[in-house]
Amino acid sequence: MKASNPYWKEALAERMPQKLAGEIDTFETDIALRKQGKIDERVFGETRLRRGAYGQRYDSGQRFDGRTVRKLTYPCGDLTKGPHTLWDAPGMQRIKVPFGRVTPEQLEVVAELAEEYSTGVAHVTTRQDFQLHFVHIEDTPSLMRRLAAVGVTTREACGNTVRNVTACPIAGVCRTQAFDVTPYAKALAYFLLGHPDTQEFGRKFKIAFSGCQDEACGLAQMHDIGAVAAIREVDGRPKRGFKLLVGGGLGTVPHQAKLFAEFIPEEELLPVAQAICRVFARLGEKKNRNTARLKFLVAKLGIEEFRRLVSEERAKLAPDARWTEYLKDIPGEDPPAEEPALIAIGSPANGEFERWKAFNVYRQRQSGFAAVTVTLPLGDISAAQLRALADIARRYGREDLRLTVEQNIVLRWVKEADLPALHAELKAAGLGEPGAGTITDITACPGTDTCKLGIASSRGLAAELRRRLFERDSNLDAAVRGLRIKISGCFNSCGHHHLADLGFYGVSRNKDAYTVPHFQVVIGGQWRGNGAAYGLAIGAVPSKRIPVVVDRFAELYRSGRMEGESFQAYVTRIGKAACKSAIEDLLEIPPHDEEPSYYSDWGDPREFTTGDRSTGEGAGMLVSRFDFRMAACEREVFDAQLQFDKGAVEQAASTALQAMLAAAAALLELEGVTVDAPERIVAEFRARLYDTQLFWDPFAHGKFGQYFFQAYAEARAQKTPERVRRLIEESQLFLEACYACRTRMAAAVKS
Amino acid sequence: MNTERIEHICVKIFADWNGANAEAAVPVFHRWIQEDACEELLIDVVEYLHVEGGPGVILVGHEANYSLDFAGNRPGILYNRKTAVGGRFSAKLTQAYEAAKGAAARLEKEPEFEGRVRFDPRSFAIIVNDRLLAPNTDDTWGALRPEIEQFVREFVGLSAFTLRRSEDPRERFAVEVRPA
Repeated sequence: MKASNPYWKEALAERMPQKLAGEIDTFETDIALRKQGKIDERVFGETRLRRGAYGQRYDSGQRFDGRTVRKLTYPCGDLTKGPHTLWDAPGMQRIKVPFGRVTPEQLEVVAELAEEYSTGVAHVTTRQDFQLHFVHIEDTPSLMRRLAAVGVTTREACGNTVRNVTACPIAGVCRTQAFDVTPYAKALAYFLLGHPDTQEFGRKFKIAFSGCQDEACGLAQMHDIGAVAAIREVDGRPKRGFKLLVGGGLGTVPHQAKLFAEFIPEEELLPVAQAICRVFARLGEKKNRNTARLKFLVAKLGIEEFRRLVSEERAKLAPDARWTEYLKDIPGEDPPAEEPALIAIGSPANGEFERWKAFNVYRQRQSGFAAVTVTLPLGDISAAQLRALADIARRYGREDLRLTVEQNIVLRWVKEADLPALHAELKAAGLGEPGAGTITDITACPGTDTCKLGIASSRGLAAELRRRLFERDSNLDAAVRGLRIKISGCFNSCGHHHLADLGFYGVSRNKDAYTVPHFQVVIGGQWRGNGAAYGLAIGAVPSKRIPVVVDRFAELYRSGRMEGESFQAYVTRIGKAACKSAIEDLLEIPPHDEEPSYYSDWGDPREFTTGDRSTGEGAGMLVSRFDFRMAACEREVFDAQLQFDKGAVEQAASTALQAMLAAAAALLELEGVTVDAPERIVAEFRARLYDTQLFWDPFAHGKFGQYFFQAYAEARAQKTPERVRRLIEESQLFLEACYACRTRMAAAVKS
Repeated sequence: MNTERIEHICVKIFADWNGANAEAAVPVFHRWIQEDACEELLIDVVEYLHVEGGPGVILVGHEANYSLDFAGNRPGILYNRKTAVGGRFSAKLTQAYEAAKGAAARLEKEPEFEGRVRFDPRSFAIIVNDRLLAPNTDDTWGALRPEIEQFVREFVGLSAFTLRRSEDPRERFAVEVRPA
């Protein structure tokens, strides 16, 4: 695509690390071979994913334009870069930023790439990566070379690999940390990058580092490996090490990590992680990607057996100098500040500055210095802003910036006395937005804007909520201001909705012959304590009513909380039934002729998936009955949650299964099959909907059907509370899949 | 410098903003897709109005993007050429300018913008979106200046005008044209 593509290799030959340069050359050759049809599309698909080059919405070559489904006829025709992924269709390029650390020089290069290959905007992800959208596959080698020249790789940013290793963005300057986890995160990230033991995974693998137990920090609880800094006294001397957690993860059904070891000494971090990777590569599921994450292996084996296998694997490993050689460079204590920082006494009388300082400035453990959060609306930053931030970092910081999992950028080592000048410069660059970590600082995944899996517009909703909340920001109650909102465009949790006070994930519902964008409301998640608790869904609300949901809960919490009570504690105290009743009236979808705006999504004027509309009165009547039956199923899932909360675990499991059976029966009825007995429902569902793949999700395939079969298979088995909690989540997801399946069936009737 | 090698010419025509709602460009651009309003294969609409001084609302195409652009906090319509056009630099510049001018005229007439925004096609910026083939240097300026001046005189029809080049070497080569 770019006329300069043939010339970057030579231009940067002296500046790229040889190994990286060689890898990019190989990738460029693969691109050429695929273009000639000499590499299978599946092989090339995985190859490009491992280089961080991901697909993007509409890359199948079809797009609904609001009136009709249009074929996008690209110059390369039907040539693909992966299954159902057209060659010329724009894609997303993920740029791996280990523990989120970037230098000003790297920011400047990302700015160049955003302008020349993308839309002029770089997006910060919830894994401390950068992403560029609308990138042509043939531009990616040049893009990668320019990154390689400043020490950045895109290798293993996607695919079944060790994804970006994340860490607390204030590691090293944090007042409550056990110690700075930065060098450990760096060592492990580069040790595992391209390591032979990490190349045969059945699914992705995520690692995070936290400096302390109680803060949100690195969200260690929701990772395949979570390492939390710990100090233990050994032979009368303090010894650094890590509390190690394994098998956590969000995804469709979240799992809290299990404790692998209360303490492993620092020199064991890399070899133990390597041993875990080897066990995962050897025993992890390979065929069914829906159960291939480490969390399923840990659940299947049990943590004791998993520990034993890892220990056995660790004993077999041949010693590797890289395990410990980095340790000698780690200072034992805080390095002294290079120069004594002046401590600001008072500040200019400037309300705007004070508002910004209240939430965007963190006083470092090093006296006189502060870490400043640069709030990025929806995680987006323009090329010009990236350059401005690079200048600001050089002037005020130590050229050490960190991307955050809340889609912001932290500038560290700012002298407190410089804060007013820094704020003025950020403001001039359009980067002075206040409210970091508050209700206006909303996290949202790309959703339907660019993601192939998105169901509803997470960014559109986030933008709308931001706008409304900012209008009232100065009048917001202090406790309400402290709430966190996180939004995912689908059930895959990229927006971390499970960890929010108010979380939302995109679903859809049908009304008459229309499909209506909705968000499931998830309440009571906990951000602190490394993501210590996950919220639960309480009901699907039409997208256009979500701002009212936020207002309702904000007001309930403002008026009903007790002194010092967190939102999570408040929700627990009043109970989920009360929470649900607060939004019950919002669940209803108004008719299309009364409220047509409900039938399109935020920020997108097109009617929502009207390509899926069904026609005919008969189909409409059948749909109504289906909806009626599904509403009963929804109530059952909710009842299961209430039973679970009251400690009636077995009863909750039974109710959740009943909801799934009823939903399956409702779907079968659409196929003209009426069955009541559970074993018949399961058998008919398998034969008519699962084995025929009619029920399969286009991306998750048979995952949700498998939830149903597993729930039925273990109906009489003893279950742990944790398993029942997941069963309730799975039953909700099975219901969502039933709705989606009905939509596909209706579309098939139409065609 | 061989100016014929240079591709990816972008043109931004500045707007006189008179109370228009930038968000209205979202439905307008979706309509342009429905109506095949441009020569290029149009793919999708992306909205970045939350980014201050950013790219605004982009109509993403295969060969080029069109956008209601707010870079530098100066509204304008930007034509961003992505695929190569070939031929002489002046021909590529003419193509980009004509595309931007056509889009500006069309946007002005859209009901959402009529009377609320006016584009002056004599006031525009030329950007070369390729730092390797056209770095923002004196050499590039020296090579392209005569061609740009000739274009402004002969094609745009300005006899008196000023040219101002961006000074930051990190930025793309860009020249702003203003009637004198």
